[in-house]
Amino acid sequence: MLQIILKRLQIAVPTLLFVITVSFFMIRLAPGGPFDSERPIPKEIAENLERVYHLNEPLITQYGYYLWNILHGDFGPSFKYQDYTVSELILQGFPVSLSLGLLALLLALLIGIVLGSIAALRQNSRVDYLVMTFAMTGIAIPSFVIAPLLALFFGVMLGWLPTGGWGSWQQMVLPVISLSLPQIAIVARMTRASLIDTLNSPYMLTAKAKGLPLRLILLRHALKPTLLPIVSWLGPATAAIITGSVIIEQIFGLPGIGRYFVNGALNRDYTLVMGVVIFYGVLIILMNLLVDLVYAWLDPRIRYEE
Amino acid sequence: MKPIKSSLLPLIVCLLSFLFSTTLLATELHRGNGAEPKTLDIHKSSGVPAANIERDLFEGLVIAGADGRLIAGAATTWQVSEDGLRWTFTLRKNSQWSDGSKVTANDFVFAFRRALDPNTGSEYAFILWAIKNAKAISKGNVKSLEALGIKAIDKHTLEITLDHPVPYLPSLLTHSMAYPLPEKVIKTFGKKWVKPNNMVSNGAYTLAEWTPHSHIKLIKNPKFHAAESVKIDTVFYYPTEDSSAELKRFRAGEIDLTDAVPSTEVSWIKKNLAEAYHNPPYIGTYYYAMNLEKAPFANNPDLRKALNLAINREILTDKITKAGEFPTMSWVPEGMNHYKTQRTPDSKLSQKERLEKAKALYKKAGYSKNKPVEIEILYNTSDNHKKIAIAISAMWKQTLGVKTTLRNEEWKVYLNSRTQRQFQVIRASWIGDYDDASTFLDLLRSDIGTMNPSSWKNKTYDSLMKQAETEADADKREKMMQQAEQIMLDDTAIIPIYHYTSKHLVNPKIKGWVDNVMDVHSSRFLSK
Amino acid sequence: MTQQHNSTTEAPWKKTLSRLLKNKATVASLIILMVITLFTLLGQWFSPWELGEVDWDHIGTPPNWSAHHYFGTDANGRDLFVQTLYGGRISLMVGLLATAVSFIIGVTYGTIAGYLGGRTDTLMMRFVDVLYALPFMFFVILLTVYFGRSIWLIFIAIGAVEWLTMARIVRGQTLSLKQRTFIEAARVCGASHATIIRRHIIPNALGAVIVYATLSVPQIILFESFLSFLGLGVQEPLTSWGVLINEGAQQMESAPWMLLFPALFLATTLFCLNFIGDGLRDALDTKDTR
Repeated sequence: MLQIILKRLQIAVPTLLFVITVSFFMIRLAPGGPFDSERPIPKEIAENLERVYHLNEPLITQYGYYLWNILHGDFGPSFKYQDYTVSELILQGFPVSLSLGLLALLLALLIGIVLGSIAALRQNSRVDYLVMTFAMTGIAIPSFVIAPLLALFFGVMLGWLPTGGWGSWQQMVLPVISLSLPQIAIVARMTRASLIDTLNSPYMLTAKAKGLPLRLILLRHALKPTLLPIVSWLGPATAAIITGSVIIEQIFGLPGIGRYFVNGALNRDYTLVMGVVIFYGVLIILMNLLVDLVYAWLDPRIRYEE
Repeated sequence: MKPIKSSLLPLIVCLLSFLFSTTLLATELHRGNGAEPKTLDIHKSSGVPAANIERDLFEGLVIAGADGRLIAGAATTWQVSEDGLRWTFTLRKNSQWSDGSKVTANDFVFAFRRALDPNTGSEYAFILWAIKNAKAISKGNVKSLEALGIKAIDKHTLEITLDHPVPYLPSLLTHSMAYPLPEKVIKTFGKKWVKPNNMVSNGAYTLAEWTPHSHIKLIKNPKFHAAESVKIDTVFYYPTEDSSAELKRFRAGEIDLTDAVPSTEVSWIKKNLAEAYHNPPYIGTYYYAMNLEKAPFANNPDLRKALNLAINREILTDKITKAGEFPTMSWVPEGMNHYKTQRTPDSKLSQKERLEKAKALYKKAGYSKNKPVEIEILYNTSDNHKKIAIAISAMWKQTLGVKTTLRNEEWKVYLNSRTQRQFQVIRASWIGDYDDASTFLDLLRSDIGTMNPSSWKNKTYDSLMKQAETEADADKREKMMQQAEQIMLDDTAIIPIYHYTSKHLVNPKIKGWVDNVMDVHSSRFLSK
Repeated sequence: MTQQHNSTTEAPWKKTLSRLLKNKATVASLIILMVITLFTLLGQWFSPWELGEVDWDHIGTPPNWSAHHYFGTDANGRDLFVQTLYGGRISLMVGLLATAVSFIIGVTYGTIAGYLGGRTDTLMMRFVDVLYALPFMFFVILLTVYFGRSIWLIFIAIGAVEWLTMARIVRGQTLSLKQRTFIEAARVCGASHATIIRRHIIPNALGAVIVYATLSVPQIILFESFLSFLGLGVQEPLTSWGVLINEGAQQMESAPWMLLFPALFLATTLFCLNFIGDGLRDALDTKDTR
């Protein structure tokens, strides 16, 4: 166990340094700057702004400052949302993204595993095709079509649920559903493929030959090996769903952090975009560590290999 | 996907408001507000979203009334000296900050100095550059902030000295750059003075909550001098960057006022939400600029004029943009204070005559269907700009045979190309900063740097505008500016396309909403 | 398919094919996909309208057979039938091109790492891990900023980012293949490393890779539509299903046909590609793919 943790942490530092360096120079070398706007600012004012934000110094010096600052936990103020520091913005948005993301994943696991199992048990039958067609809706129709349709139907026409905003549980329903649809598709097809593999494996055939009831076989022997690929998927998927919900956030007016990856880059909000990129890097590293641990716990072979 | 019947909507609205009126004592107003404001620091902010909120929080010397016209704000009266250089404002005696302290002339002096202090980093400092020494302070040439031409004669008398006469000064003073600030609060909290609980304001509302990208909540300021006339107790501002989503929230009864209307849905809205739709003129002009530093447009007024005449603006606004915009061949929008918009002789021609003339000029410039000019149109990513560019390129192609290509760039890249002059024809627009024609005409001056969209240069124009700047007589000034506009239109410095309209959906239950050309609507004048 | 010199692999391919044909959804998907592809290639023949041609008399009108606007027109008066078929070409090409790029990089990188093994392998795979920690989204957006809207460059770029998973799969396959006796035999016979990789490793690792590649085509097509939603899609006068759907989604109530037709084509194509991918996986019986 400890070995796994140490191994992961060992590569965490160079990974983060790489991520920071690459994204720092990529965003800085992009044309345009944070203060460009429809109304070009008079030169003198632009110079004032650059001085106030240290943008007038050589890039490499700024990079040094930046590294020094984040070592001290200071991610700086946002260029675009000037009344907030990057840390404040991330801390404010993260709980929103986290709760939405986790709920959506939970929903996706529940529905996806059920649908995938049904399809696998009836492989190549009409049930299989029907269930999988339904499950795949989320990766066949873009979410920016499904989400407004849901809002239009349940919010505007039926008036059952709010069409946007953040604060009450009702406001979470539609975003969580929209967010989970593509994940349902992924979980369902992973479950299906994985369960088919398991069912065709020699020991399962043996179990079947022994005449054990199907339900028992499934629960006792098939469940764990079937879930293994899903577990390893969950790590990066959690990081991705928490940070990659910009469309849903925009359509439902949610204060999450997904939008900062897109808008931060487009607005050339240097500090904010760096903040979320680092945040994502840390999240990925933590998630992978978590997955390793769960995996080791689920699959004893890995433990012995270590 | 059938739209709900329009008769159903009022019913739902009624039902909802009934529910609200019985369950909640406080009157709430829910406003869609476009983008998340960059900052609520009155000196650093820019953009309409922040301006809307700050207008509710603060009160300047002069303010825009419900109809957008200037009325007394923190100052009750003001006088101008003969030479138009010295302005004296008498402040309201009963004005208070939300913490109970008095609003004094010193609060304005402090605020104006902070606004122009180069260390503040104000983007909009130029709004106050007419004040004596303001520009020099802003540039860092004059170090002492005390040199600024503003002083408190006594607690309730403020004197502003200008570099040159500015007849429209009161209109400038409605800008957030000219609001007062309590020195004490800024000194205590530093940069964090804008946070809820820290901020002290002198307007009708105070800042109660601010969750970025979720909402900003304002509550009524009981210390406000006209508090008894304020009907709405709580105002919620929601960032609504996605106007389709905003429309849904409006239809679901979640917001009372929208910031915008998706241009694609205007015809649907006119049919189904007619009584909520407001579409008055707005002081902005949408135009195309040509790069006059390079061929083929440099020294080629015939080609420019041909392209200008070949655009059928009526079709564009009727069938493509469809939001009631005013097709135009002039630059300054109608209805500006003390200014009559100029028309070119060409604008009086019929569309057919314009086309004939365009073809003739195109030929005169040395081009033909077989030897077409090749033009690239640059626009920034947006559905509306795209639609207009497609239509205009089709018009140029069909009537003159111009070979057009479209280039679409992401906003910041587009701005970069614009200032670097890496374009042939570029889409642009200009929204006036204040109610005076110079806010438009100054843009074409050659001494304004890269702000001049096409690098157009004309000595007569420059000298006319310079004269107008120092002219105290409003009629003479108008004449000069009109002459300048004629020169610029005649030389096709730019290609104006339409004048803007503002587009809002207003819950019919809201009272006190008055459409106006400045598109300003303080919550204090509204009721529900 | 690449040349199959190795006779031992021929029988499994036949078995695979028969298993594939048993899956009716896959077979149906293949047929539908072919029809759609043919439509995008030949559809222009049925319409008098050209790409980008504006019909000033029919701006934003529903399907109208007498004017030969079979799918209606868009908000600029351009024929939607023609737009949809040209959009389809771009969407399909983008999916294929980006996948091809990721295929080439991923297979090369993965085989080298897996075949060489040891320290080189560890180092090469560490690098892949590190790249995984870069948010894809941010990366692609900046690439669109740099490259402007040169759609081909962008999708080559996406492919260049997407190769990570491909490399992992190939490397895993290579590692296990290396232990097999026929590789050993080839080595004993004096085959060079390059020959072994080209003749034995790559053909045998292909199954898993093909499954992954089939599944990444729809992913990339969907991703392109997402970029279009953000306004970073292809440049006019080119169009894609993503661009059309995004325009349609904004007026789903007032002009439903603008959403319906392109969305129908996109969804059908994506369903088919996914079914084909799943079918291939079932038939190839490869575990190492998701």
